[in-house]
Amino acid sequence: MAFFILVIAALLVSVFFNSLGAVSLYRFPDVYTRLHGATKCTTFGTIFIAVAVVLYAVGRLLESGENRFWVLIIHTLVAMMVLLVTNATGAHAIARASHRSGLAPAKAVVDRLEESCSRGGASQ
Amino acid sequence: MFIFFASFLMYLLLVWSGSGIPMIEVVIGLLMATVVTFAYKTWHPEKRLSKRGLDPRRWFGFVAYLFGPFALGLAKANIDVAKRVITGKIRPGIVKVTPALKSDVARTLLADSITLTPGTLTVDIDDAGAFYIHWLYVEDENPSEEQLYGNFAHWARRLAE
Repeated sequence: MAFFILVIAALLVSVFFNSLGAVSLYRFPDVYTRLHGATKCTTFGTIFIAVAVVLYAVGRLLESGENRFWVLIIHTLVAMMVLLVTNATGAHAIARASHRSGLAPAKAVVDRLEESCSRGGASQ
Repeated sequence: MFIFFASFLMYLLLVWSGSGIPMIEVVIGLLMATVVTFAYKTWHPEKRLSKRGLDPRRWFGFVAYLFGPFALGLAKANIDVAKRVITGKIRPGIVKVTPALKSDVARTLLADSITLTPGTLTVDIDDAGAFYIHWLYVEDENPSEEQLYGNFAHWARRLAE
């Protein structure tokens, strides 16, 4: 029973962070700041969904001892690892593509990349 | 070599169904891992197949990093960004920082760690190894590594260089 309370707690945390990710799309001014909210709040939220699944599987595993819950745990952990890698890479790819196509960050107090590009520095 | 074992293990983990793995799946897994390794080798002919990635100490170090300092940084930074989403108090900007990392793996690890901790987002990296990081709340226009991502560079150096 204690496990299922933890599952519900983890799910509530994940719902909170995932909805903040959606809210940030409206609150923030440009693509870079939106990426912060949209990709990373959702990463954190989705990690908590995975944690909830693992806790649920552990609870059922202790209850019944069936092997299929081990499979559930392992697949969730694999999905979590893949999510961590692809989410970071995707966010980075979007940010880099927007900067290279000339989109300046809105309200920026400093833009070192633009400075070094116009000096002919960082060009790859 | 690392990529071969990683893809083979990943395949076995995905087909394992709680009771043993049939021989045919092992054969298919080996075949797939070979294809992936050769494809990687074709794209990056300059990379040698090294045994360094197989060192188990690195793996334990990586898991310790993932669940220790990285998870802590992720949680702290997420709460910080959650506050910024709600209050709307931002001061964005792209700052430059040059960690002394040489290998591609270490740079990738650091860049991914930076991107995953909210509030910082790696936009670009140049040949000299300087990272251009979009920062949600710029505290300092010429920040130190410590301010931006704590001791992540130290870990990346230990794990992958």
